[in-house]
Amino acid sequence: MEHLNIDSLFLFDPLSAFFLCVIFLISLPSAVYSIGYLKGESSGLKTALAWFLLVLFLISMGLVVSVRNVFVFLIAWEIMSLVSYFLVVFDTKHEKSIQAGTIYIVMTHIGTAFLIAAFLIMFKYAHSFNFAAIKSACSLMPPQTRNIVFLFLLIGFGTKAGIVPLHIWLPYAHPQAPSHISSIMSGVMIKTAIYGIIRFVIFILGVNSSWWGVLILMLAVISCLVGVIYALMEHDIKKLLAYHSVENIGIILLGVGLAMLFISMNMPYLAVFSLIAGLYHLINHAIFKGLLFLCAGAVYKATETRDIEKLGGLIKKMPQTAVYFLLGAMAISALPPLNGFVSEWLTLQAFFLGAFSVEGGYRLFLGLCAAMLALTSGLAAACFVKAFGITFLAQPRSRYAQNAKEVSLSMRAGMFFLSFLIVVFGLAAAIIIKLLAKVASAATGINTSSMSFSLNNFILSPQAGKGVYLSTPLLAAVLATLGIAGFAIYKLVNREKAVIYKTWDCGYYKLDSRNEYTATAFSKPFRIAFSFFLLPYRKTQKIRESFYHVKSFAYETHTTMVFKKYIYEPILGLVFRSAKFMRKIQPGSIHLYLSYIFVTVLILIIFMRKF
Amino acid sequence: MIKILIILLQLIFFIAVSPFISGVITKIKNNARMRKGQSVFQPYCNLVKLFSKGEVISETSSWIFKAAPFIVISSSLGAALLIPVFIFSGQTYYIGDFLALIFILALGRFFLALAALDTASAFGGMGSSREMFISSLVEPAACLVVFSVSLQFGSTNIASFSGMHPVSISSLVASFALFLVAIAETSRIPVDNQETHLELTMVHEAMVLEYSGKRLALIEMSSYIKQMIWFFLIAQIIFPIAVPCSINTAQIIPWCLWYLARIFMIAGAVALAEVSVAKMRLFRVADFLSFAFVLAIIATICAILGV
Repeated sequence: MEHLNIDSLFLFDPLSAFFLCVIFLISLPSAVYSIGYLKGESSGLKTALAWFLLVLFLISMGLVVSVRNVFVFLIAWEIMSLVSYFLVVFDTKHEKSIQAGTIYIVMTHIGTAFLIAAFLIMFKYAHSFNFAAIKSACSLMPPQTRNIVFLFLLIGFGTKAGIVPLHIWLPYAHPQAPSHISSIMSGVMIKTAIYGIIRFVIFILGVNSSWWGVLILMLAVISCLVGVIYALMEHDIKKLLAYHSVENIGIILLGVGLAMLFISMNMPYLAVFSLIAGLYHLINHAIFKGLLFLCAGAVYKATETRDIEKLGGLIKKMPQTAVYFLLGAMAISALPPLNGFVSEWLTLQAFFLGAFSVEGGYRLFLGLCAAMLALTSGLAAACFVKAFGITFLAQPRSRYAQNAKEVSLSMRAGMFFLSFLIVVFGLAAAIIIKLLAKVASAATGINTSSMSFSLNNFILSPQAGKGVYLSTPLLAAVLATLGIAGFAIYKLVNREKAVIYKTWDCGYYKLDSRNEYTATAFSKPFRIAFSFFLLPYRKTQKIRESFYHVKSFAYETHTTMVFKKYIYEPILGLVFRSAKFMRKIQPGSIHLYLSYIFVTVLILIIFMRKF
Repeated sequence: MIKILIILLQLIFFIAVSPFISGVITKIKNNARMRKGQSVFQPYCNLVKLFSKGEVISETSSWIFKAAPFIVISSSLGAALLIPVFIFSGQTYYIGDFLALIFILALGRFFLALAALDTASAFGGMGSSREMFISSLVEPAACLVVFSVSLQFGSTNIASFSGMHPVSISSLVASFALFLVAIAETSRIPVDNQETHLELTMVHEAMVLEYSGKRLALIEMSSYIKQMIWFFLIAQIIFPIAVPCSINTAQIIPWCLWYLARIFMIAGAVALAEVSVAKMRLFRVADFLSFAFVLAIIATICAILGV
């Protein structure tokens, strides 16, 4: 029973340690937050169930990233999927939860099926479930088999990570779970899939063909853009955040894919550098997405709605939550000097540095990927101006928002901790990069002792010779000094008190929340510019009092969910049609079944006689 | 000590000179339209006037509205610190590179867009939405220009950017792409129009509509500075010149003169572009910026081919 030996069961190399660290860094504040969040939501027994599921969820995720046996890995992976399914359907009041849960469980099992297939192929060569044995056997695999294993792993883990077009479950499942669970699911659970890709593709399988990296980069770019464009169109705050998870998984995969490309091209420095960028964005995304989901949960708890069109003015009712959300929004929009900026800068820099080393067409490809990343970050900034501006600023758009109150202390404590981490991970970037270099070195098997990833403790310099510098503490200090100096001069010059008066209303005198810009209006330019992909359409309905008199118009505008309509619905249709066909041979009549048995026996007799 | 003095001097230089560039552009535009036009020092008069006036603040707004102008000015000045003016000083070099510069400018824009939504005015929302729309489409072109330029110069850092380098086809195309980007970023015709307050067309002006007095002055100041930064970047790509590395008056004075001459050449080009085209509809801006993006791709291909 070698499987039960503890030493052969667990693996605590820097890669596993890093992921364990991510899991517990996000789960801890989320757990604290849930004390306040679950209060008054459900009965005592159900709250206990929520805690039990949370603990089970954390243990299963911890197991996924720390076992060294494929068999145990799969068991932990399944427990993680099932527990998260129960958490998605936890809120049984909503019919949507059940639907979301069903989509999730189906998609996740399609992914698992591909994983099992990949692991079985690996087992065929290794005759063992142990990582080390598989790793040594993988080098003997024929190239075609390696390619197939890679594709199966990519589909399997890609489903969990939410890579476009396998992202379909993510915007349904993540928003439906209770908010602290959404925060863990989006912040941490989808990262276990990235762990899987790094562990099984880079570490165990080993990258030796460059098209793997190119494929991942392309999927990553598509995920980035699709995620952020859908997020811009979304007005359900939690769904918006879920789409941003698709986008950010894309950014993380840009780093990972670049690392794979550089490994296959035998450029160790760049490989480690790109993987650092990917891992840095991974932990940053865990932090700020965790925070944003907690804030969205706080808004939901205070207002009982997730539709941002009904919110507004919350900055005055919930000042602390607003600051936390703003910090999260700034981080995800890659604004300096916070953590999201550092990792996006690193990823862009990985593209730029890589372009000096690769040849011809690859240069242009890397440049275009970098440009698409820049477009993504621009669109993300626009999306979070919308999300923060419409939710927290201006006047309340409904009585829900009017009666909102600041949330309880435990919830604020959870949010505060993650906001604090955002700042720390921005300012202490140089130290963190050194730590991540160890993780990346363990994952790629490249010795980094001779490589320098920093000039000194405070300045990031990717390449010693070509000196590209970024110092977030210095940057923060400069920006703060200039801002404070500006304020001081303002105070010196300012002698009179500012007049508080109504917003300019063109002489209308009745300016209220109905005159405000809405989220739909805000995203209209994007809807038109990306109409080739979003395929927006309108529904106009005349509501009549009588035949002659139209009382009012009902007017709706929608976008077409391209992936759902053109990929998933045809497949589902096929499944249903074949199921219908299969039903014809099972009409429930006992006579027919008896005749089936008779025919079967007859065929068997003939079969045995003949052959 | 001397380095801090240089940094301060650089800030003062930016603050002192940047409104003048706008004045010159307005003057050229007016002369091209056969008008006498306002004095080139009018932007200074406007700033002084705004600074001496009181403020009106919307009652629906929050601290975001009040804080935004200071964040905007600090981001513009912070970005201005990254680019070399008189001398290549060691300190600011460590803050960040040109990618960081683009991100720093994004910080100010983000807060200005939020402040515009804060007043609950539809104008503000309109401006904010359009500004974020344009700026997000600008990003890929700007990024690819930096990419193509860094392919030629060897790095995105400021030292390699400040050196003397031969002008190639790639840098000509890149500077033209950056010119289009700068037009969009500095709210010039055909993307936006600084001279009008027509609600259907305004972008930047709609965002700052609720600002008055000193805070408005700060925002105007930071747009002037931002404009000078973009012009400097274009000038450094198309008319490259080595930035002096030591304090040597014999070097610095010709450099300063040439520095300003280049910027005024770009300003002249912007002014002529403004008087010769009509403003575009908002949704045509996407095409305009796609054109800039395609130019940036061409610049990158040229850089890869080494021409």
